[in-house]
Amino acid sequence: MHEHDVLVIGGGGAGLRAAIAAHEEGADVAIVTKLHPVRSHTGAAEGGINAAIRDGDSWDLHAYDTMKGSDYLGDAPAIETLAQDSPGETVQLEHWGMPFSREDDGRVSQRPFGGLSFPRTTYAGAETGHHLLHTMYEQVVKRGIQVYDEWYVSRLAVTDEDDPSDRQCHGVVAYDIKTGQIEGFKARNGVILATGGLGQVYDHTTNAVANTGDGAAMAYRAGAPLEDMEFIQFHPTTLPSTGVLISEGVRGEGGILYNAEGERFMFEYGYANNAGELASRDVVSRAELTEINEGRGVDDEYVYLDMRHLGEERITDRLENILHLARDFEGVDGLEEPMPVKPGQHYAMGGVETNEHGQTCIDGLYAAGECACVSVHGSNRLGGNALPELIVFGARAGRHAAGTDLGEPEIATGKADEFETEDNLDTPVEPGAVADGGEDESAVADGGERTDGSRVSSDPRSDGGETAVASADDVVRRAVENERTRVEYLIEKDEGIQQAELREKLQKSMTQNVNVFRNEEGLKQALEDIREVREAYQDVYVDDPSRTFNTDLIHTIEMQNLIDLAEAITLGALARDEFRGAHWRQEHQERKDDEWLKHTMLAWDDGTPDLYYKPVILDGEEKTYEPKVRSY
Amino acid sequence: MSTQIQEEADEPTETEAETAPAERQSPGDRRRAEKRTASDQAVGSEPVGRADDDTFRLKVFRYDPEVEGKMEPRFDDFYVPREKGMTVLDALIYARDHYDTTLTFRHSCRQAVCGSDAFFVNGRQRLGCQTQISDLEAPIRVEPLPHQDVVKDLVVDMEHFYDQMHAVEPFFQEDDLPSGDLEEQRQSRENREKIKMSTRCIWCGACMSSCNIAAGDNEYLGPAAINKAYRFAMDDREGDDLKQHRLNIMDQEHGVWRCQTQFSCTNVCPKDIPLTEHIQELKREAVKQNLKFW
Repeated sequence: MHEHDVLVIGGGGAGLRAAIAAHEEGADVAIVTKLHPVRSHTGAAEGGINAAIRDGDSWDLHAYDTMKGSDYLGDAPAIETLAQDSPGETVQLEHWGMPFSREDDGRVSQRPFGGLSFPRTTYAGAETGHHLLHTMYEQVVKRGIQVYDEWYVSRLAVTDEDDPSDRQCHGVVAYDIKTGQIEGFKARNGVILATGGLGQVYDHTTNAVANTGDGAAMAYRAGAPLEDMEFIQFHPTTLPSTGVLISEGVRGEGGILYNAEGERFMFEYGYANNAGELASRDVVSRAELTEINEGRGVDDEYVYLDMRHLGEERITDRLENILHLARDFEGVDGLEEPMPVKPGQHYAMGGVETNEHGQTCIDGLYAAGECACVSVHGSNRLGGNALPELIVFGARAGRHAAGTDLGEPEIATGKADEFETEDNLDTPVEPGAVADGGEDESAVADGGERTDGSRVSSDPRSDGGETAVASADDVVRRAVENERTRVEYLIEKDEGIQQAELREKLQKSMTQNVNVFRNEEGLKQALEDIREVREAYQDVYVDDPSRTFNTDLIHTIEMQNLIDLAEAITLGALARDEFRGAHWRQEHQERKDDEWLKHTMLAWDDGTPDLYYKPVILDGEEKTYEPKVRSY
Repeated sequence: MSTQIQEEADEPTETEAETAPAERQSPGDRRRAEKRTASDQAVGSEPVGRADDDTFRLKVFRYDPEVEGKMEPRFDDFYVPREKGMTVLDALIYARDHYDTTLTFRHSCRQAVCGSDAFFVNGRQRLGCQTQISDLEAPIRVEPLPHQDVVKDLVVDMEHFYDQMHAVEPFFQEDDLPSGDLEEQRQSRENREKIKMSTRCIWCGACMSSCNIAAGDNEYLGPAAINKAYRFAMDDREGDDLKQHRLNIMDQEHGVWRCQTQFSCTNVCPKDIPLTEHIQELKREAVKQNLKFW
């Protein structure tokens, strides 16, 4: 068994920052990641980092913009923490040598971004994420932090008290992809999940193939609730054939959107009379799809993003990467012709519920970055706010897990008695685990997590009543045993259904039914499809018998996570009968503040998902954010 | 191990190709049918998919150290339906998800930034996701990167590459940080421009794999690591003492002097980094540095 003070799961922006922070506090920290850190999808972020570091700007303006962008579903303490910590974290990156773009006076460049009242998006060309990721990996190398790369964490070692808030996380189980070894990793202080996005729930996404929401799904099954999962950001400018992202920086620099008639529709059809192309992402995505649905799209599929008028010099200086992407992935020369774009899944605003120190309701379990929900983004994330979230909350989680006192958190986690429970949701099928099959072998396929989560008992009763509470080592050891049983089962089973078929079916249904425009019928259809996939998954098998680099096995385990998260997204979307931020409902065309100024919470509850609501915190340090009509 | 195995000379005949499972089945059905076929025949001898006007032949290197029938390296043929805009990575994913789920390769971002999918495609190091099928002659032959140990199929062992990258102190070492609160270091636009190309490296390993010198000298730092050193040595924010320190690391037997300016690294770099130029510039700087201390 491996043993460290702090284990960071995932080697992207949030994970690397957490590891560096924990290390600086003196902790023995290790990163366990299914990809080598430099392969992480943080590297694909293009636009920049919002940070109020210039005269005329201030953290409270950044906070205000973020709260407005969230459509008043972000929590003020989280948003204010982000806005306050981002300048220091951003300058820290510069001090670590990050190659930011520069102004004539030698200072780092900033540019306008959607929904911002000040041009505070600090950037490094149109490849800010690449530079952020590599700069932080360099610091990890400098500090000699141990990295277990290509080790896939497939299970958390959490105790199984009835109330998730009484549970404790002692470590993880990881699978060495190269050798097929399954080993326990014990964390003396804490486990920080930094596993990133879940875009693979959809089939048209800017996300990497590796973005399967592993951390969020594992935490959910272990008892930590998921928050605001229905809020999925669809980025307005992705290349139609691949989903590759074209940065908002193009519009930030002055790029213009046209429909097939050559009309500048953001203004001409009144979608955003002030901000035009630089309205918030949800607004622009809906505008594009409305144009397409009303017959003004190009080939009924996309619209044009034109940056030719910016001139070759400016484009090459600030957006060169966009030229490469458009050429390589769409065959278009951005200097000579407009680029075809359409909305694509980009970001999950929701995630594992945490407080501003990154803590979940399970003791010793943290989450940071896209897999977490603090909540900073509420119902819609502003461009340029994902990277500061990684470094701000990654650092805070790392420090806290290493034992640093960050004070009393203002955000509470876990289900309180006074919270409102959703009892009236009309679902066409039962969500959650497939009914207990007893000795049926299907009990093993999904990891045996129907009734006891991914946890193992620390309850003396299950051991016959006489022993004391299981030690941390026992909890990890038993989680390892359970995982070995599951992997053996999946590999030895030689017929059934394969994950690729299930994945395709799930992704198609989610893209069809839980997209930018949503209605009750489609959401119910999605729940039925997800159920069908979940039941079929009971018969899943892995064709590749090899222990060496068995990606068939990894994809099969990931598939379970996609199912659980797709269901969580859709349940939240069905429950929330209002239009807020990225969540649009055909039957409910207005934001209902009286009813819906609350977070959608979903707890796994041992396989019978429990939907409840938690109030939004709009009280900031110095002021209360009053919900206003959101127009751009 | 080497990937230079004898390729079967015979092209598959039409009849053979037509015995392959028909389209319109679900991937699962196809797989099961193929699995049965595979157990009846020598593994790997039969092309998978239908050879016709709408498909192209993808020849993929196969090897698994512990699976019967794959321990001897071989090539498998897959007939993949042509689609507009299809890349080599798309074709591999198609073959894996529809024909053979044991086909193994690294990939993640699909947009040439994660650097996972450098392969040897039709005799040249390329990123699978960045290479259009329409730009290649069929059959398209995909092999693991040469000069690296093969783990399985197209997956190579990257440890040596990472070791070399780590050997050049690949991290910024600040010289004199500004004291003011939230004060960044200044850097001129020209200096940022100077290091810009060198900072684009995605650690894919294509350059190292293409380099004859690196193939013959395991201690040679190689183009990617030297480029990493260049990125810091040329960054004015680090200051002169550190620059000298970095040049000393480069100015050694297995450093810059091993490079024989064959430009193979520069030719294959998917991010168009002028690697050979960077190495040459470090050689010149090292000479200047040495002269200064005479």
